[in-house]
Amino acid sequence: MKICIPSKGPDIQDLVDERFGRAPYFIIYDTESKMTEAHVNSTAGAMGGVGPKAAQFLLNQGVDSLVTERVGGNALEALKAGGIMVLLYEEKGSTVANAITAFLKGNLKEQ
Amino acid sequence: MSVIGGGYMIRLAVVSGKGGTGKTVITGGLVHLSRCAKVMVDCDVDAANLELILNPRIIKREEFTGMEGAYINPSQCSGCGVCSDACRFGAIESIGDTYVVHPDQCEGCGVCRVICPSEAISMRPRVCGEIYYSETPYGNLVHARLAPGAANSGLLVGRIKKIALERNGECDLMLVDGPPGIGCPLISTITGMDQVLAVTEPSVSGLHDLQRLIRVCRPLRVNMVVAINKYDLNPGISDSIREYCGKEGIPVLGMIPYDESVMDAVRKGRLVTEYDTPAAQAIHHLWHEIVSTLRVRADAGQ
Amino acid sequence: MTTRMKIAIASGKGGTGKSMVAANLAWALAQSDRVTLVDCDVEEPNLHLFFPPDDPESTDVQVSIPAFDNSRCTLCGDCAGFCAFGALVVAKDRVLFFPEHCHSCGGCALVCPAGAITEIQRPIGTVTIRHLSAHLSLVTGTLNEGEVLGVKVIREAKRYAAKPGWLVCDASPGTSCPVVETLHGSDFCLLITESTPFGLHDLELAYSVTSHLGIPVGVVINRSDGKDEEVRRFCNERGIIVLATIPFDRWIAAVQGSGDLISRVDPAWKERFIALGGACRSSVGGT
Repeated sequence: MKICIPSKGPDIQDLVDERFGRAPYFIIYDTESKMTEAHVNSTAGAMGGVGPKAAQFLLNQGVDSLVTERVGGNALEALKAGGIMVLLYEEKGSTVANAITAFLKGNLKEQ
Repeated sequence: MSVIGGGYMIRLAVVSGKGGTGKTVITGGLVHLSRCAKVMVDCDVDAANLELILNPRIIKREEFTGMEGAYINPSQCSGCGVCSDACRFGAIESIGDTYVVHPDQCEGCGVCRVICPSEAISMRPRVCGEIYYSETPYGNLVHARLAPGAANSGLLVGRIKKIALERNGECDLMLVDGPPGIGCPLISTITGMDQVLAVTEPSVSGLHDLQRLIRVCRPLRVNMVVAINKYDLNPGISDSIREYCGKEGIPVLGMIPYDESVMDAVRKGRLVTEYDTPAAQAIHHLWHEIVSTLRVRADAGQ
Repeated sequence: MTTRMKIAIASGKGGTGKSMVAANLAWALAQSDRVTLVDCDVEEPNLHLFFPPDDPESTDVQVSIPAFDNSRCTLCGDCAGFCAFGALVVAKDRVLFFPEHCHSCGGCALVCPAGAITEIQRPIGTVTIRHLSAHLSLVTGTLNEGEVLGVKVIREAKRYAAKPGWLVCDASPGTSCPVVETLHGSDFCLLITESTPFGLHDLELAYSVTSHLGIPVGVVINRSDGKDEEVRRFCNERGIIVLATIPFDRWIAAVQGSGDLISRVDPAWKERFIALGGACRSSVGGT
């Protein structure tokens, strides 16, 4: 299963970005292979509609769950329609690695 | 006990349903009265006025490239006009035997690019303004200026707030001068704020605009408080505003009298609260009220 | 002979008294001429508050949006890939559409390889016409809350207002696309400012837009406290005429605040606003 964390940088030691659509990077972690991939969010700098655009990117990547602090209404609707589970992670100033650990422990609640 | 300075950056935005309510002067007063380490952000990029009262010295500037616009390469354009017919915004016009894009009208949709049979059109980032990072006697200020015809956007507001967080994340307070209106820049401004102070004035339109502002902010569940500026110019409408806010459960934390010395202070390049005047006293009182509402919320664990 | 003159009223920021000047000017000129006042501040229209309520006629402003034929759609993703505004997301079993992001460019229908997209109409705002007197009508553009295409509503409001006589268009504050749309096609622009450092700074911004568009301007200093040297110097240096100065006065503020017009209450102010209209006309060489 693939999980995605919006991030401020390309490394798992970088901080989780509190936004979804405007996060500069998406880090995708595969729970089977335990591999991570960093993707530049190419639409972070668009004028508008960044939430839906980012949701489309996750759908295209075959992501199963999104771990994020916040997600807008349109993006949430798109993620749910695409069968992506949205899990809230509200720990401020935390690293991507910590967010992955929290996910693996299974104590994140669904939005 | 102090709420501000507890290791967490308190974020306070000052907004108004429309311009000209005295928002910037009041923001300036709060800048002066809050003695903690702070960073100021001017999200009112259409009329960035905080720079007029904080005497900033620009230490870093960067271009803001907000949106893409179409560009027609004249050497590839065959002059067929298909793009001009397809453009819904009337942004492409023929000049001689070729076509050009008017940046004012182009919305960057890219229809012309896909329809052009000669592949003469590309989308290019357009410079929409400039972002400044400055020093002031009170802390750093992040502000911006737009190119004519360019629109403020949630993108620009988000970017300048981000610069403030990245460079001054250790501060105790972020004070944001918000944009007028109720559109995307406003929503982007109030996102993530601990408190939003709406400055209104006692006029029929002031009340009308405040009502719209509250309707837009309500679904976002922001913690809103109100100050009535120049309340004594029309005490009757000031009462109606208080009554309305009372019904909506929004505290009115300040009543600031009309005071001619306010503009004298601005002209001298000083902040309103540097003088002992009726308006300055009212802003002092407002600041104390803001701090105590933040404290009540902090104690309630919100 | 009827005057044909399109005046836009603008200012770099809100709260300078733009609407007050527009309403007074229109009301005063309408004592002897046909006048259409257009409220182009579509996000917060409030010119109607200056006039007694009446029976307005409203028409929806519509934009084109895509409609999807699910039997044809192959979920290929080309439409969402094209949309520059993030209005479309192709999920596993359907296309999601977010109308408030759509700019009505028609691109999705154009790129769809399956012919699954057609265009339908959706209302985003209204244009309201009020006949305030034999000579004066008010056209108000209103953008529905949460919508973004204000420019489209302004364009429609101006289209409804295309009549002989004076056209007085009150712009939204600022220098962005809605202001450019309002100014587009105007013969003259009145820039409203205040005699404060803020006012001057905002006048500079507004002037940069009118210069960019090549529209001749005149300045009105509102709420003047007599300390107008800086504004006047700015105007002199650029050859801009200060056509009127309205003092700061608690009486004016009170009349205004209660939703009345100084030109309706005081005949002297009515004459001054008629003269202001005349000055605009002579500035562009009209008669």
